[in-house]
Amino acid sequence: MGAGTPCGEDTMSEAVIPHAEPGAHAEHEVGFIRHYVFSTDHKMIGKQFLTLGLFGLLMGGVLAMLVRWELAFPESPVPGLGWVPEPIMFGGVIPPDTYNAFFTMHATIMIFFAVMPIMVGCFGNFLIPLMIGARDMAFPLLNMLSFWVGAGSAVIMFSSFFVPGGAAAGGWTSYAPLSAVPSYTGVTWGQHLWCISLIVLGISSLMGSINYITTIINMRAPGMTWFRLPLVIWSLFITAVLLLLSLPVLTSALGMLLFDRMAGTHFFLPEGGGEPLLWQHLFWFFGHPEVYILILPSMGVASDVLSVFARKPIFGYRAMAFSMISIAGLSWVVWGHHMFQSGMSPALGTSFMMSTMVIAVPSAIKTFNWLGTLWRGNIRFTTPMLFAIGFVSMFVIGGLSGIYMASTPVDIFIHDTYFIVAHIHYVVFGGSLLGAFAAIYFWFPKMFGRMMNETLGKMHFALTFVFFNGTFFPMHIIGVGGHMRRIYNPTQYEFLKPLQHWNVFMTVSALILGASQLLFLVNFFWSMFAGPRAGKNPWQANTLEWEAPTPPPHGNFPGPVPTVYRGPYEYSSPLVSEDYLPQARRLEPHVTAGAH
Amino acid sequence: MLSWWLPENVSTYGPDIDRLFYAIYYVTNAVFFAVQGTLIAFLILYRHREGRRATYTHGNTTLEIVWTIIPAIILVVLAFVSRETWANIKGRVPPGDVLLQVTAKQFNWEVAYPGPDGKLGTDDDFTQDNDVHVPVNKTVRIILKSKDVIHSFFVPSLRYKQDAVPGHEIPIWFKATKPGKYEVPCAELCGFGHSGMRGWLYVHTPEEYAAWAREHHAGRTP
Repeated sequence: MGAGTPCGEDTMSEAVIPHAEPGAHAEHEVGFIRHYVFSTDHKMIGKQFLTLGLFGLLMGGVLAMLVRWELAFPESPVPGLGWVPEPIMFGGVIPPDTYNAFFTMHATIMIFFAVMPIMVGCFGNFLIPLMIGARDMAFPLLNMLSFWVGAGSAVIMFSSFFVPGGAAAGGWTSYAPLSAVPSYTGVTWGQHLWCISLIVLGISSLMGSINYITTIINMRAPGMTWFRLPLVIWSLFITAVLLLLSLPVLTSALGMLLFDRMAGTHFFLPEGGGEPLLWQHLFWFFGHPEVYILILPSMGVASDVLSVFARKPIFGYRAMAFSMISIAGLSWVVWGHHMFQSGMSPALGTSFMMSTMVIAVPSAIKTFNWLGTLWRGNIRFTTPMLFAIGFVSMFVIGGLSGIYMASTPVDIFIHDTYFIVAHIHYVVFGGSLLGAFAAIYFWFPKMFGRMMNETLGKMHFALTFVFFNGTFFPMHIIGVGGHMRRIYNPTQYEFLKPLQHWNVFMTVSALILGASQLLFLVNFFWSMFAGPRAGKNPWQANTLEWEAPTPPPHGNFPGPVPTVYRGPYEYSSPLVSEDYLPQARRLEPHVTAGAH
Repeated sequence: MLSWWLPENVSTYGPDIDRLFYAIYYVTNAVFFAVQGTLIAFLILYRHREGRRATYTHGNTTLEIVWTIIPAIILVVLAFVSRETWANIKGRVPPGDVLLQVTAKQFNWEVAYPGPDGKLGTDDDFTQDNDVHVPVNKTVRIILKSKDVIHSFFVPSLRYKQDAVPGHEIPIWFKATKPGKYEVPCAELCGFGHSGMRGWLYVHTPEEYAAWAREHHAGRTP
């Protein structure tokens, strides 16, 4: 069952980080700059990624509101934005090229600078060493570089709004030739910077993923075998492998696109013998694993949170781990389902339909196991639990709507309509982001040493859940009505006129959804400074991060790292009278014998 | 049922697509209500109460096998029943009674008609922007091309969509079953004028079509 010798791993963690010896001086030896800015501490780097991700979430959210405004009230001025200079806006009216830039940057920012920094950057960094019982990452300096290179890439991306011609406007998928020839969109430096930013981000992700993989393989605490890892660590490990293998493909494609744009090559341009569909193959070969990079960590978070608050072991631990492994494996052979109507051979379409139907099976297994975890539990409705339950419920909708597109004939009709927009938002908002909120509410006490406010948290959940559905559920309806994605003015089309009231309804919901997030921001910052102090293990959870002091010092565990005696989900075990049994608690033999 | 939801269908293969859509609709609805209903029931039944203790169990192998195999069978069956319809619409393109060429460009559909000789690429061809005139109940074959970027030829009422890709000549087909005027929006982002890139498909009765052809073929010799 185990892999490697646990004692050797522990020795290694200390050999790699000489200063991580849990001395009393570790915390105040470093100055302000080393502590808050150029920190090599995985916990601080995690918080830095969280800051970046929340900023991205805010920016991406504002762009979404502008896009929604235009769809509900086409070509009417956005209230309060009359001051924006031409040609970005005209007296507050969003022109078509600006609109295209807005939805392009909304998706780009949400995927690369909100969900990935929060789930992979922040929680990958914060949780991996703490939950496997290590003192830090395997390569702390590389870890710091990963954040600062990522931050540089964000600066490049956000600065593209301010160059002449504006930001990239070819969609986040940047299909060539639209993206490959500046005159097709009128965007020159915006699209250049988009490519450069994502190439730089690829380097950041590469450094991060190598670090995660090395750390999880080599630095687990004594007794922490692979099948005693919490599922959130499994999910982050698999995510890191996907990142490591998929991002180089995107980076190569971006390099080729940049050459086409700047150096006169014709990789994607037919007039020089290039092939536009090559971009789509390369992009989606990265892009489909990317979808799982976005959702897997939230699946892991939901598994852990559901088990903790149902006070019950996760149902089917191994089935959960193996279903994530099979999702990761299958994610390499389904990219063609984004290209059914692209002109790719219809015979290939049939093969990709088969693999796509098969990849739905592990997601179904996970859903049933989450239900199994709740079955005969003792459920406590805390804020993180509400978000985890919301995740399961919304992920089911996102999963089921995917079956419509998987069927090639149905996809002929719904491809490139709002049905797809509904699907991706149920997966990425209903899935990834609700998982991110569950994670933030759950681990906030360990990160910042204080509890978040439960009342505000529950209000945040209720409003988010209701208005999320108000914003995105009607997209299924207008999508089946034929409403195209990425159009600037739906009222230009006769057949869409009867659907326009839905656009108004969704925009109003979206504006309230956006405003509801203020509750979260207030709660987050207020609790950080003034929340009640958190104990070591406020949720009475089993995993190793709760063995560390709150907040954990540099080096994480005072004294030796904990030894692991059992799996992470021993809740309501008959061996003890409490309803939890931490991984690191050693039971004396007579306790075990006398339990019955 | 639900006819208010999908737009009116006027193509011969549309009913096959709609049937698959409804099949998936009923399957996914059944799963949706079963799963959400179970979820809500569990949340109510197993909510925390003083003195209760959760059942200590790590899972059940039989259940795991059951809920792996049943979705797998349903999904593979869905894939198999989709195959034939897909091959019929996109795989096997019939020669066609009427031949047209549609070339997409920023931000119009350029429709080339073969003229009196019925052949494309001859001197009697003529083009119209954005208007596609076809006869009812005849198989129409279109060669789909693009001059600049990728566009997508979308006719909601035909349940049809195909990307037009520069450097490719993609044959497509349809047979419209009801005379009328139907919108042909571009469905793939193609630049700042993407929204509003829209043509019209005119499906004519045989008499109307003959009159239209007479008018446009006048003065053209094959």
